[in-house]
Amino acid sequence: MTIGLQIRGGTKVYPGTRALKSVDFDLHMGAVNVLVGENGAGKSTMMKVIAGVEQLTEGQILMEGRPVHFAGTQDARRHGIGIVFQELNLFPNLTVAENIFIGREMTRAGVDIDMAAQRRATRDLMARLEHDISPDALVGDLRVGQQQIVEIAKSLAQDARILILDEPTSALSAAEVEILFRVIDDLRRDGVGIVYISHRLEELLRIGDYITVLRDGAITGARPMEGVDLAWIVRSMIGGASKDYAKTDDHPFGDEIFRAEDVCLPRPGGGLAVDHVSMSLRAGEILGVYGLMGAGRSEFLECVIGRHGHAAGRFFVAGEPLRSRSVAGRIRQGIALIPEDRKNDGLVQMLSIRENMTLSSLDAITTGFHMDLGAEKRRVADFVKRLTVKIASMENPVSSLSGGNQQKVVIGKALMTRPRILLMDEPSRGIDIGAKAEVFRTMRQLAAEGLGIIFVTSDLEELMALSDRIIVMSNGRVTGEFDRHDATETAVVAASAKGHSTDRNVA
Amino acid sequence: MTHIATQAPRGQSGQALLVLLKARTFIALILVFAFFAFAAPNFLSTANMVIMSKHVALNAFLAIGMTFVIISGGIDLSVGSIVGLCGMVAGWLVLYGIDLGLGWSIQFNTIEICLLVMAVGIGVGAVNGFLITKLNVAPFIATLGTLYVCRGAAMLSSDGRTFPNLNGNPEYGSDTFRLIGAGNFLGLPVSIWMLIVVAMVAAYVARRTPLGRYVYAVGGNERGAALSGVKVNRIKMFVYMFSGLCAALVGLIVSSQLVAAHPATGQAFELNAIAAAVLGGTSMSGGRGRIGGTIVGAFVIGVLSDGLVMMGVSSFWQTVIKGLVIIAAVVVDQAQQKLQARVALQSEAAMGK
Repeated sequence: MTIGLQIRGGTKVYPGTRALKSVDFDLHMGAVNVLVGENGAGKSTMMKVIAGVEQLTEGQILMEGRPVHFAGTQDARRHGIGIVFQELNLFPNLTVAENIFIGREMTRAGVDIDMAAQRRATRDLMARLEHDISPDALVGDLRVGQQQIVEIAKSLAQDARILILDEPTSALSAAEVEILFRVIDDLRRDGVGIVYISHRLEELLRIGDYITVLRDGAITGARPMEGVDLAWIVRSMIGGASKDYAKTDDHPFGDEIFRAEDVCLPRPGGGLAVDHVSMSLRAGEILGVYGLMGAGRSEFLECVIGRHGHAAGRFFVAGEPLRSRSVAGRIRQGIALIPEDRKNDGLVQMLSIRENMTLSSLDAITTGFHMDLGAEKRRVADFVKRLTVKIASMENPVSSLSGGNQQKVVIGKALMTRPRILLMDEPSRGIDIGAKAEVFRTMRQLAAEGLGIIFVTSDLEELMALSDRIIVMSNGRVTGEFDRHDATETAVVAASAKGHSTDRNVA
Repeated sequence: MTHIATQAPRGQSGQALLVLLKARTFIALILVFAFFAFAAPNFLSTANMVIMSKHVALNAFLAIGMTFVIISGGIDLSVGSIVGLCGMVAGWLVLYGIDLGLGWSIQFNTIEICLLVMAVGIGVGAVNGFLITKLNVAPFIATLGTLYVCRGAAMLSSDGRTFPNLNGNPEYGSDTFRLIGAGNFLGLPVSIWMLIVVAMVAAYVARRTPLGRYVYAVGGNERGAALSGVKVNRIKMFVYMFSGLCAALVGLIVSSQLVAAHPATGQAFELNAIAAAVLGGTSMSGGRGRIGGTIVGAFVIGVLSDGLVMMGVSSFWQTVIKGLVIIAAVVVDQAQQKLQARVALQSEAAMGK
């Protein structure tokens, strides 16, 4: 197989950090080149260099043996390089079709945008990705997972020879990942060189042809995929023994601590996003909620926390009905949510780590209307230590932290409200395995202390490893409930697909 | 400045530069002061200082209210009109009281007049808040609307005429009305004392109360704040009502100082207030700003315009210079933000090693 692009002696220095240390990287055409490493290992930086977003401080990029220089993304695009960024780069105020063709609009005579052609092309792309997202839907109205599909469609539309996918599946469910893999297979057969970055190691094993492992900006392993196993990847990534998050301690569950009855939430376009969902949770239990994108899992959690004023249904905390309709009231009654979208829902990026952590629980440090800033600092320091958040100073803006540490800040914020029920929406999304293991250990420990946890995930392995009980949702309804002893991956996946085939026929 | 900013300063020098940049408004104030001390005769005389601080106080009141509104992610264009309306209400109450149409009218003493006028200001702020939170009108439009309504109402109250001779009546206890603008306490004008109190309360609220913290959170990320249990609508109501209160105080002070109320008072005051807030480092996109910075900003603008008048610079040039100062302030602010983010990133990156 040919090598389409090489980096030789690539070094990238940011003020204060060396993100890449003299790396040599070969990108094979007609193959999937997977790239792994913990957060901050330099994966994204290397891809940004290839995509022309950043320039190498030292070293060079070669294409077909000749050195090339990408001054910007336009340059890279001219050389046939397309990239799907980890952070979605979409315009929420524009439609799907407009987003896909942004900067490369199909025009008549160079001025008039040919909307019909764009719509047609968008519909073709969506058919290829097996999604019925309307070309005229506003991107802002789509769920995160659907937005990711749009982002992928956008890069497909460019007919790139080299396609970089930076964590494309972080918000996709198993079925959607399958579709994406089929598309990737097609592209590979067409001779496209694909770079695939993911934290989901089992995905990499399945799809990769070549693997490159990065640690602290240096390449610690690069080889064809044959003979590579999980243990090898993890060893190269973290340089030590595998971090295992299998269930270890068993503790008895307490009484029922939370019950939801007949929760309904209307969908904006008609129908129900959450359709008569009921579930109950015992103290000390971890309840995993699995389902495809749009199954209504996140919406259900949002109903519980009180984000949707027009939702119907009854909630009980330890037998007491949940009367308050406001988020603040529900937090006071012992419910806390860790949202899926950290950046937009979980944190106030502009504020400091300290201010973010205490935002939900200022009552605890306030007498009358006076806040005790000293007590606040002590509290934050305490939680930073307990959750092993790595920070230089609690006064730094929260935006300066890595994904894993940001997530720990969000968890800290939720725990500071002394919740009895913790709702976690994709708690491991976009964080490295080191941080992931720590988050899971924390969940385990909290459950042992008697907290009830409902967590939503699209990762089967995570679901199986963490849950005491599993609920599967599909199309807004509960379609399966399993005890962890008799749950199998096939049964869970089958339950998550219920009602979907008919749905597609209708559409 | 650009030279330093592009040099990617490291470690110590970055920290030192950051401190310098953070104090820039204060440095600007000292420079402006020093310049006029030499260039304008009598600039440093006590009498001039008192007059100048009275001028500054008016803008500073509005700017304090405006700072809260801007930090929360909004804007309040109506404050200048509220000043005019509240001045007219004060004038009306001093002159006529409230006529109930029963052949006699209710007269008020100074304290009651002040409370009623403040209630009017808070009321207009509440209308702003209601429009923005319940009816989902964009803050710019909602307060633009109340700007016109209040100005029109002020004009209507007297058919565009001035209420003269607001000396009050000792029989009703309103003869002390003049003291708000003309009185002294411990050598300082009453209006300055009022400013000190309001500024200290505002700074305290911003720094040491949950309410203040929530204002920052709402401006930084409204959705995130709401999901964290912040009552977003209540916070917004507060900032507009507080801004209205600040404007009412200015209305009282102006009408008392002039011993007359004119319905056109306060035109374009809102722009000066926004300028002072921005000069003091308040971010127009919300989430960032300080009361202390705003007050220094108000002083820079006030000292600049009074100093230029004393130097005999034409008022047209004054306007140009004011504009340039504001633009420069924002440019430097951007440089500071960049540097600050980099220093924070560096310290976090150093942790990761």
